[in-house]
This record gives sequence, structure tokens and C-alpha cells, in this order.
Amino acid sequence: MENLGSLAVLLALCLSAYAVVGSVVGRVRRNPFLVVSAERAVYSIWALVTVATGVLLYGLLAGDFRLAYVAAHTNRSLPAVYKFAAWWGGQEGSLLLWSWLLATYSAIVIFITPRRFRGMKPFVVMPLMITQCFFLLLNAFVASPFQVLAIGRGITEVPDGNGLNPLLQHWAMVIHPPMLYLGYVGFIVPFAFAIGSLIAKEPGDAWIHVTRRWTLVTWTFQTAGVVLGAGWAYAVLGWGGYWGWDPVENASLLPWITATAFLHSVMMQEKKGMMKVWNMVLISATFFLCIFGTFLTRSGVVSSVHAFAQSPIGTYFVTFLAVGIAATTYLILDRLDYLKSEAQLESVLSRESAFLFNNLILLASCFAVLWGTLFPVISEAVTNEKISVGAPFFNRVNIPIGMALLLLTGIGPLIAWRRSSLESLRRAFLWPAVAGLALAAILLAAGVRHFYALMSFGLCLFVTWTIASEFLKGALAIRARQRMSLPRAMVELTHRNTRRYGGYLVHMGIVLMFVGFTGAAFNQDSTIEVKVGDRFPIGRYQLAITNLSDGDNENYSWNQATVAVYQNGAQIATLDPARRFYKASRQPNAIVSIRRRLNEDLYLNFAGMSNDNQKAVMQVYVFPLVSWIWIGFWVVLLGSVVCLVPSKQRLDYPRTQVLAVKEGYASVEK
Amino acid sequence: MKTKLKFVALAVLIVGALAWLATGGISETKTYYKTIAELDQLNRTNAALGKRLRVAGDVEPGSIVRKGRDVEFVMKQDALRLKVLYNGVDPLPDTFRDGAQALADGKLDPSGVFQASKIQAKCASKYEAKPVQTAPVNERRQTS
Repeated sequence: MENLGSLAVLLALCLSAYAVVGSVVGRVRRNPFLVVSAERAVYSIWALVTVATGVLLYGLLAGDFRLAYVAAHTNRSLPAVYKFAAWWGGQEGSLLLWSWLLATYSAIVIFITPRRFRGMKPFVVMPLMITQCFFLLLNAFVASPFQVLAIGRGITEVPDGNGLNPLLQHWAMVIHPPMLYLGYVGFIVPFAFAIGSLIAKEPGDAWIHVTRRWTLVTWTFQTAGVVLGAGWAYAVLGWGGYWGWDPVENASLLPWITATAFLHSVMMQEKKGMMKVWNMVLISATFFLCIFGTFLTRSGVVSSVHAFAQSPIGTYFVTFLAVGIAATTYLILDRLDYLKSEAQLESVLSRESAFLFNNLILLASCFAVLWGTLFPVISEAVTNEKISVGAPFFNRVNIPIGMALLLLTGIGPLIAWRRSSLESLRRAFLWPAVAGLALAAILLAAGVRHFYALMSFGLCLFVTWTIASEFLKGALAIRARQRMSLPRAMVELTHRNTRRYGGYLVHMGIVLMFVGFTGAAFNQDSTIEVKVGDRFPIGRYQLAITNLSDGDNENYSWNQATVAVYQNGAQIATLDPARRFYKASRQPNAIVSIRRRLNEDLYLNFAGMSNDNQKAVMQVYVFPLVSWIWIGFWVVLLGSVVCLVPSKQRLDYPRTQVLAVKEGYASVEK
Repeated sequence: MKTKLKFVALAVLIVGALAWLATGGISETKTYYKTIAELDQLNRTNAALGKRLRVAGDVEPGSIVRKGRDVEFVMKQDALRLKVLYNGVDPLPDTFRDGAQALADGKLDPSGVFQASKIQAKCASKYEAKPVQTAPVNERRQTS
């Protein structure tokens, strides 16, 4: 079986090299047969990588412990769903997942790209297949998932595997890595189209229209991946946080930031023909940051709590990144006149300007996060001393950035293109601003002294007000004209221009998430040693330990505490935090117990038994508003889906259109 | 031209403010990576006192003692030992136990005890076996 898998990977590797050469030579020599054969090679690669994946999955599910990967990441008593999830539980498997997703995306691209892009399609296939080639190279020679343990030569039979990391035995961890990977890998498609259009000097902004949905879908996957990761950390890791600015978390955030910047600035190009070079840079940066993120998680170049060891894979990634970035930079510089802007910035008070500053701030945040993440590497190279920066650094820079972005979220969508008069600004923003300031003042009077919290709540109300007024204004106009109820008018309004109102929904979701983040300013925590019968207070609650128990099953043994929660003398809940010890992996694991409410979460972590084994060490936290992060995420998801629904009315924005730059390059095969 | 100038001024203002925040953040939170041997060297000249440090070493088996909210343990590197007192807020990670590789963030006090406010730990050879490691699974388990 494993030979079949290795063979499939090797064949796919050869075919990917062929697809690169075939499509480029075919395009340059104008040989359509060669181009089509390269496209068929892409389909074959998908089939081959699927076979290889199938072989690995069969090994995992059937418990073929001769395979080193299976033995290292599963064991017999592991539930089947986690055996499946072990596909991305380790390095070799997750790199195979990368390859498989890339092959799938490439096949879809070939299948759905309209015929009118025949001219640039081979150049789109090229970057896709170069990347595919790189990952298959890793699958085949550097991190093969099909390595067999040398049973019979010094090693006795392997009766059972090491088991999956217990921290990963959680539903969110089954979904989180594939989501993130769908997002990571997906950004290669807009990137490939950008590169393709640049090489082919395709006229206009065709690549942007073709890839708009791709970008949005992959952005949504990435958002889901990042938030699921945060939700998993909150529910599983037991320290009560959802974001620790760990290098691996940062790695997932970096491409998300540039992708968000790209989603915004691409509108400038669509509607005004501006910022073309900038968009090229952004989409390239997003793609390379995705690769960089994979590199960071997989190479151990910076030490991280995510337990990945040093591995030789780093050098391959660095080479790929260096060559890729150099080639892209050269290409963009070489095609600069093709990327000339069609309009000028006219006023600081304009939507263009809001977009510009949104981009500037997002990029600054991206740079700060990257700088902080790589600081140990940089400082070691420069001063020979390894220095790291902690979470306070990231918070210090990113909290004001978040505030500024929140402000722009309110201003940007309402301000006019080209230039705005002060009068129109006053009309649009007077009441939202008054409301925001009033909220901040009320909270200040109520005793809230945290500066950023006041600012954040004020801005959240400001943005909510602007979004609500947009919906209301539009819906009231429709209601008056078409005599329908207000909710139906709102749906109708959204359906007429899904991009705009879907976008507002996404913004609203982000605002709700900010409400949740701001709650962190009011966290409370306490650590105590308790025995049965003890009572202790936290926040507005009284907790009583009613029982301590332990037990055992084939996968793990456990200690558990039963805690009754009282408020104002009445019992309102029972929580049961536990601590498991997984036998196969010899890993302890806390099972936290959370009482989730909209206003605050009560969070209990069973940290362990005291030395005399008589008392339980309990960590108790109160986290205000944290649920709004997850609610906000669902709103973001809803908004993204709305954006993907085609609008009822096609809206054409008048703009100057550049026709072909050079006649000869515009269309090739006739 | 005037518009352009306004844009540049605003951009410079924003970037400047962020750069100021960033440099402040770095100097406030920067932590020096040291091995126990390097720390020993530094301590001879008293240069280690007051600096924020991150020390790496293995947890000596049997040395972990809970004292109320605090946890005491000994980190070792070859023959060198470092006594660590953890008094941070966060719970110790599940991977923190006898024999684990630990990273302790904190400061050295004049009596030679390392006051840690944050501990990270990873179980030496567990999830990702070192690439050259060819030991059988059963044996690997015991070392993990």
C-alpha cells in the first residue's frame, strides 16, 4: 500500500514539472495541444494526490502501525474521527493536505475559468504548478508520510501507536487546521491570476473580477480558521485566553491582515482604476505570508508553545520564498507602466482616502506583528543576543491600530468618493458621533476608568449607529415605494446590492468581536486549593466544591471536581472541570468547564492535585463579554455568505476604462 | 500638490505614532534568551540582576513542589542547577512535568532563585520526533 502512495506522489511530482513546462512552452510557441495536455496533467495530479491521500487515510483508519506516521499520531483506542484528523496532526500529513488542497484548487481553476481567459490561463497554471511541484517535492523526499518503520531489522512489531496529542482531541481541532489550510492554500488562486495577467499583459482588471469570489471565499475560510483556533485555545488550553501572540498564532494572522487590506484596496482598482501596483504587492504578500506561515509552524525557527521540533524542512521553504519573492518583485517592476493608475487622489476627506489609510494601518499592524514574531531571529543576527518580545508589545501596538480601524469602519462606507463636503460629513456622522461620545461619558460616570475600553465601546456604538442608519434609510425608501414591511424591505435592500450590505454585515460582526475583545479589560481570576465542602467567592458568584472523583477508561484516566455555583444565595449552575491523563501519549490534559452567558463567562480549570493529594488546585476566572467574539464571528460568516450571493440588480459604476495596453498582447488565440 | 502633502503628513503622523509605541513596547518587554550556563556566567559579575530573562533547561525529575499558589522546581543543564520559583497567574501548561524541556520567563533575585512569571514547556521528543531519530516507537515512548 505505502508503495502505491509513494509512487503516486512521485508520478504527481513529475507531472507537475511537466505542467509547468508544457503550459509555458505551449503558450509561447502557440501550441494549443501542449497547453491542453498541461491542463490535463493538472487533473491527473489531482487524481494521483487523492490516491496518495487515500492510502494514508486507509493506513490511519485501519491502524497500520508499520507506517511511522500512523504509529506516531494514532493509537488503537482513538475514536475514528480523530484517526481521520491525524491526517493533519503531524508534519508529513499536513504537508500532504497542503498538496491535496492545492491540487484540488488547481483542478477547479482549470475547470471553471472562462474561455475568454485562454490567453492568460497557461500563465495562471504556471505559478500554481510551481508551488505544487515544491510541495510534492517535500512530500516525496523530505517529509514522506509513507515511511515504514524498520520492523524485523532491530525493531520488533509495533502493537500500538503513540496516540494523537490529547490537546488536539477536540472538535474545533478537527475543523480548525483544514479551515486554515483552505484559506492559506486558497490565496494562491488570486495570486496566480495576478501573476498570469501580469505576464500575459492581460488588459484591464479581468483577474480581479475573476478572482473576487475566490478571494472572498478563501478570506472567509481563513477568518473561520483563525477564530476557531482562538475558540479552541479558550475552551481547551485552560489559561482562559484566546490569543497569546504566539509565533504560530501570528503566522496565521499575518496573511489574514494583508488579505483584509487586499479585499478593501481591490475595490479602489475595480471602481476607480487606482492602486494597481499596490494590489499586486498585497496579493503577492498575502500568498508569500501564507507560505511563510507554513514555514514558521513547520520549521521551528522561532520557539513556540506549539510543539513542533526543529526540522530540515526550513531551508527548502526559505529557498522557495526567496526565489518566489525575487521573481515576483522583478515581474512587478518590469510591468510598472502596465499598472499605471487611472485616477488621482483628490481630497483627504474622501472614500479613496479612507481606503488608503485603512491599508496603511493594516499594513503597519502586519509589519509590527511580523517584526515582533521575528525579533528573536533578527536580534540574534544583529547583536548576537537572542531577545524576544512578549504579548505586551503586540497589545501596545495593535490596540491603537484596532481603534483606528474601528473608526475607519464607521467612516469609510459613508464618505463619498472623490471628495466630501464638511456639510455632508456633518449630516452623516453627527448623531453617531454624539451617541458614541455619550456612551463613553455614561460608562465613565458609571466608574469605568480603562481608557481603551471607553474608547472601544464608544467607537463600537458609533459604527453600529452608522451601519444601522444605512440599513434603515435604504429600507424605509423601499418600503415607501413598494409598500412592504420593514424587515422584508431590509432583505430586499440587501438583495439588491449584496456586496454593499453583506459588507456592512461583516463590519457589524467585527464590531461585535471588538465588544468581546474589550471585555478582556475587566477579567478577574483567582487560584485556590480546595477540598470537598469548601466555599469561595469570585466576582458575583459563590462556588462550593461538592465532590472530587476519579476514574479510568481505555483511552485516559481522570480526576474530576463537581462545583456548585451560587448567586445571591440561589444555586444557578453546576460545573465539572476535570483533568485527564492520556495513556498512549502519557499526556495530562485539562478539561475546563465554562458557564457561557452573554454578559460574562465563568471559567473553571482543574489545574491538578496538591502535593499531599488531598486538595484540588482550582483556577477560577470571570471573563466579561467574551461570548460576543464568537457571536461576531457568526455575523461575519453570514455577511460573507451574503456578499457571495449575486445581486438582484447589476450595478455598473461609471469609470474610465483602459483598453488594451498593447494590441499584440491583448488576445492570443483566435 | 497640497492634497498630496496632506496625505504624506497624515501618513507620517500615523506611522510615527506607531513606531513610537513599538519601540516603547520593545524596550519594555524585551527578554533575553539564556541557557543556565550563560546565566551562571552572567551572575558572576552580577550582570543578570534586574534583567528580564528567558531561561531554558530540563525540569529535574521529582523537584516540582506546589506551595499554595506558587510552584517550586529545579531546572538543570548538564551539571548546573537553577532553582525556580513560579508565581505567575496562568496555570502551568499540561506539558510541564518531570523531565520536560521548560522555558522560564522572569528575573533572577539576589539570592540566586529565579522568579518566573511565565513557564512554557514542551515534552522533549513527543509529537515531532527529531528527523534523525530512528528509535522504535516503544523505546521512544519511555523517553518522552
